[in-house]
Amino acid sequence: MNVAVAKTGSGRAVSDLFTSAEGRLPGSPAVIATRRDAFETYERLGLPHRRIEEWKYTDLRALVGELLPLAAAPDAAALASAADAVKAHAVAGARKLVLVDGVFAAGLSDVKALASEVGFKTLQETLEKDAGLLKTAAVDAVISLNAAMASDGVVLSIADGAQLSAPIQIIHVATAASASAFTRSQVAVGKGVRATIIESFVAAGAKAYQVNDAVILSIGDDADVAHIRLLDDAPDAVNITSQFVTVGANTKVNFFNMTSGAAVSRLQGFITLAGEGSDLSINGVNLLQKTEHGDTTLVVDHAVPNCVSREIFRAVIDDRAHSVFQGRIIVRPDAQKTDGKMMTRALLLSDEAEADNKPELEIFADDVSCGHGATAGALDDNLLFYLKARGLPEKQAQALLIQAFVGEAIEQIADDNLREHVIGIAERWLERRS
Amino acid sequence: MPAVQETVERVKRIDVDQYRYGFETLIESDKAPKGLSEETVKFISEKKNEPAWMLQWRLEAYRRWLTMTEPTWARVDYPKIDFQDLYYYAAPKPKKTITSLDEIDPEILKTYEKLGIPLREVAMLEGVEPKVGEDDPARRKIAVDAVFDSVSVATTFKAELKKAGVIFMPISEAIREHPELVQKYLGSVVPTSDNFYATLNSAVFSDGSFVYVPPGVRCPMELSTYFRINERNTGQFERTLIIADKGSYVSYLEGCTAPQRDENQLHAAVVELVAHDDAEIKYSTVQNWYPGNSEGKGGIYNFVTKRGDCRGNHSKISWTQVETGSAITWKYPSCILRGDNSRGEFYSIAISNGYQQVDSGTKMIHLGKNTSSRIISKGIAAGMSQNTYRGLVTAHRKATGARNFTACDSLLIGDKCGAHTVPYIEAKNSSATFEHEATTSKISEDVLFYCVQRGLSQEEAVGLVVNGFVKDVLQQLPMEFAVEAQKLISISLEGSVG
Repeated sequence: MNVAVAKTGSGRAVSDLFTSAEGRLPGSPAVIATRRDAFETYERLGLPHRRIEEWKYTDLRALVGELLPLAAAPDAAALASAADAVKAHAVAGARKLVLVDGVFAAGLSDVKALASEVGFKTLQETLEKDAGLLKTAAVDAVISLNAAMASDGVVLSIADGAQLSAPIQIIHVATAASASAFTRSQVAVGKGVRATIIESFVAAGAKAYQVNDAVILSIGDDADVAHIRLLDDAPDAVNITSQFVTVGANTKVNFFNMTSGAAVSRLQGFITLAGEGSDLSINGVNLLQKTEHGDTTLVVDHAVPNCVSREIFRAVIDDRAHSVFQGRIIVRPDAQKTDGKMMTRALLLSDEAEADNKPELEIFADDVSCGHGATAGALDDNLLFYLKARGLPEKQAQALLIQAFVGEAIEQIADDNLREHVIGIAERWLERRS
Repeated sequence: MPAVQETVERVKRIDVDQYRYGFETLIESDKAPKGLSEETVKFISEKKNEPAWMLQWRLEAYRRWLTMTEPTWARVDYPKIDFQDLYYYAAPKPKKTITSLDEIDPEILKTYEKLGIPLREVAMLEGVEPKVGEDDPARRKIAVDAVFDSVSVATTFKAELKKAGVIFMPISEAIREHPELVQKYLGSVVPTSDNFYATLNSAVFSDGSFVYVPPGVRCPMELSTYFRINERNTGQFERTLIIADKGSYVSYLEGCTAPQRDENQLHAAVVELVAHDDAEIKYSTVQNWYPGNSEGKGGIYNFVTKRGDCRGNHSKISWTQVETGSAITWKYPSCILRGDNSRGEFYSIAISNGYQQVDSGTKMIHLGKNTSSRIISKGIAAGMSQNTYRGLVTAHRKATGARNFTACDSLLIGDKCGAHTVPYIEAKNSSATFEHEATTSKISEDVLFYCVQRGLSQEEAVGLVVNGFVKDVLQQLPMEFAVEAQKLISISLEGSVG
C-alpha cells in the first residue's frame, strides 16, 4: 500500500499518551517491550484514513482526529454509577463480567457464579506471565494500538463438553468522560461446548469517550456457540472493535451484532473457518441517527472444504447518519463445496442519510456456490400508505415497517429471552427517533 | 465428475494455436526513437502536423505524467513496465501520399482481409449493395476506420456519412479539420490528469477515431474501428472521441487484434463519449488482443480508460464488451449520468483462460435526477486465470430517484482459476434504489447430467450452458459483432465449449 507515512497531530497525541500511560499499563518487562513494538507499528501507520482501502468509508483521521488519554482506574463513585448501568443492561439470567473504564470490576461481576467448567482470569493476570495475548496478527493500526494500550479484559476458557445453561455477559461500562478505554479479551471454547456469550457496551453518564476493544475467540470442534454483541454506547462516543475468530470442525456458530449508539463505531471481524463441516451465521443490525457513523466490516475466510456461511445485514439510517457494510468472503483453493451467501440491505429514512455497501467475493476454488446481494432504498410508499389508510400515524407506521425490516436479522437469535432483550433495545431506539 | 475433468483437461491443452490472429505483417514502418521524453511527444505532434495548442496540451499531460506513480490497486500481477523501453509511435511507412484506398500498402489491406474486416467499399459502390433495412442485418453497411499500429490507415464510406452530416475520421485529421470541436470536447470526459495511463495517453496518443453526429441525426450506418498492433515493442495509444449532439444516435463498434509475440506489449487507450440531450451512444467492443501463450508468456497489457458522459437530459450511453484477449485487462467503461433522466448501461462478458488476468467492471455515477443504470456482467474463468469484477455505483445527494440494477455472475471452470467480485455501492439519498446481486459457481452437475442424458456430449452440454450463461450480454451486441463474439467465446474456451 503506497500510503505516505504522515505524522499527524493525532499520532503525536498518542505518543504522549503512551509515555504517560506506560507506567500504569499492566505486564512484565517483556510485555512492556511487546507493547512498545506494537506502539511503534501504530506510530508508523498512524490512524487509518480513506486512502487505506479497508478504511475507505471510515476515515478515522477525519472522524476521530484526536485520541483521548487513557481513563483513570475507576473510583468508588465510578463503580457506583457503573452498577446502575449494569443493572439496566444486564440480560436476565446471564453471568456478568464487568469492565469499567477498561478495568475489570470484580465487585460488579458474577465470577463465583460461573459454571465450574469455565476458567476465568483477567488480562492483567495473564500479562504477568507472558505477552501472548497481545500478539495477534496486526491487520491494521487500531489493532496495534490496542495491543500497545490494552489495560484489562477477561480471559475465559470453557472446558470440553461443557453445556452452559446461563449465558455469559461481558459488559463494558464507560464512566469517565473524554477518556479512552483499551480492552482485550480472549474466549477459548473447547470441543462439544454449548454456550452463549454476550458483549455489551454501555455508558454510565459518560460522554465523548473512546473505546478500542479486541476479542480473540477460538471455538473447538462439534461446538454450538452464540455470540451476541450489543453496542449501546453514548451518542458521542467512539467504539472500534476487532474480533479474531477461528472455528473448528462440525461446529455451529451464530454471531449477532447490533449497533444502536456511538457517534463513530466500527466492528471489524476476521473469521476463519478452520475445520470442515461447520456452519457459520453472522447477522447484524445498524440503527443510526443524527450524524452517527456505523461501520461493520467482516472477512469470512473459508480455509477448508464443506463449510456453510450466511451473512444477513440490515441498516436503518436516519438524519445525516452514515452506515458502512464491507463483507468479504474468501474461498481458498482447497475449500471445495463451500456455500457462502451474504445479503446486505440498507433502509434510508432521510435524504441526507448515506449507505455504503461493499460486498466482496474472492474465490479460488471451483466447486462452490457463493453469492451476495445488496440493496439500498427508502421505505415502500405503498406499504406506508396501506398502514396509514388503516389509521396508523406516520411515525408508527414507519416504526412497524422498520421493525419488520430488521426483524429478519434479529430472528436469527435462537434464545427467546435474548431475542426479546434485543428487540427491546431496537424499540427504545425507535422511540428515541420519534 | 467426468464432465468437469474433461473440460479441465481440454482447457489445459489450449495453447497459442488457438489464437487465429497471431500473424505478423512485414511492412516497413516509421518509428519514433525508443523511450519517452518531451522530444518523443514533440516528434509525434510534428509527425501529425498538429497545431501548437495540441502540442501544448500533450506537453502539459507529459509533465503531469512525470509526477504520477503507477496505480497498484487492481488484482493483477505483472512485472514493472519500463516506459523507456517502448516505442511510442510506429506508422506504416508511407510510400507516397495516399489519396484512395487502392494506394494503401497492399500488405496492410491483406492483413485486414485476413482479419475479415471489410475495408473495401468496392462491392457496395459497384451497385451490388443490399438495400438498407433489408431482412438480413448482417449485410448492413458498416463504415470502418482501421488503425494499424499508431495511425489510421483507412476510413470507409466517408462520402455517404458526410451527406448525413456525420463526421467520422481519424482524430489526427479532426484536430486539423475540426479544431473547434476537438478543443471543446477532448479531455472533457477524461481529463489529462485523470489517471496514470490516461495521462500517458494524452501525452503520446497517435491516432484513433473521431465521431461527431449533428443534432437530430441518426447515423445511417454502424461505425467501426479496427485496431491492430503489428510492430514489435510498441505501445498503442489510441484516443477515441465520440460526440452525439442533441437527439442524435450512433452505434460504434471496436475490435482489436495483435500478432503473437514473446514480450508484452502495452495498449493504453482513452475513449471519451459525450451524449447531449436526448442523444444515444451505443459502444460495443470485441477485444481480442493476443493473450499470451500457454505458459503465460507474452500478450498485451490492456490498460484502458473508457468513460461516457451523459451530459444532456434523457441521454443514454450503453457499453457492451466482450473481453477474451489480452494478458492483462484492466478497464472500467463508465457512465457519468449528469443529465436528468439519463441512462447508463454496461453489458460485459469477460473470459479468461491460460494465465490471463482480468480486472474489469464499470462505474455508474448518478448525478442527475431520475437517472437509471443497469449492469450485467458475466465472468468466466478457466485455466490458471484470475477474473475480477470491480464496479462502483454511486448516487449523489441531489440524484433523487436514482435507480440501479446490477447482476454479476461468475462461472469457474477448473480448480486453478479464481473469480472475484468487488462492488462498491454508495447511496447518498433516500430516494435512490439500488439492487445488486452476484453469484459464483461452477456448472451444476445436475444440469450437465440432464443434457448428457438427452444425448449431448459432455462438451456440447458445457457449450450449451456457457452460451446460456452469456446470452443476456450477447443479445446486446449488434448482429455483426454477436456472430464474431460467439465464435470468439468458442475459441477462448475451446475444449470446453466446442
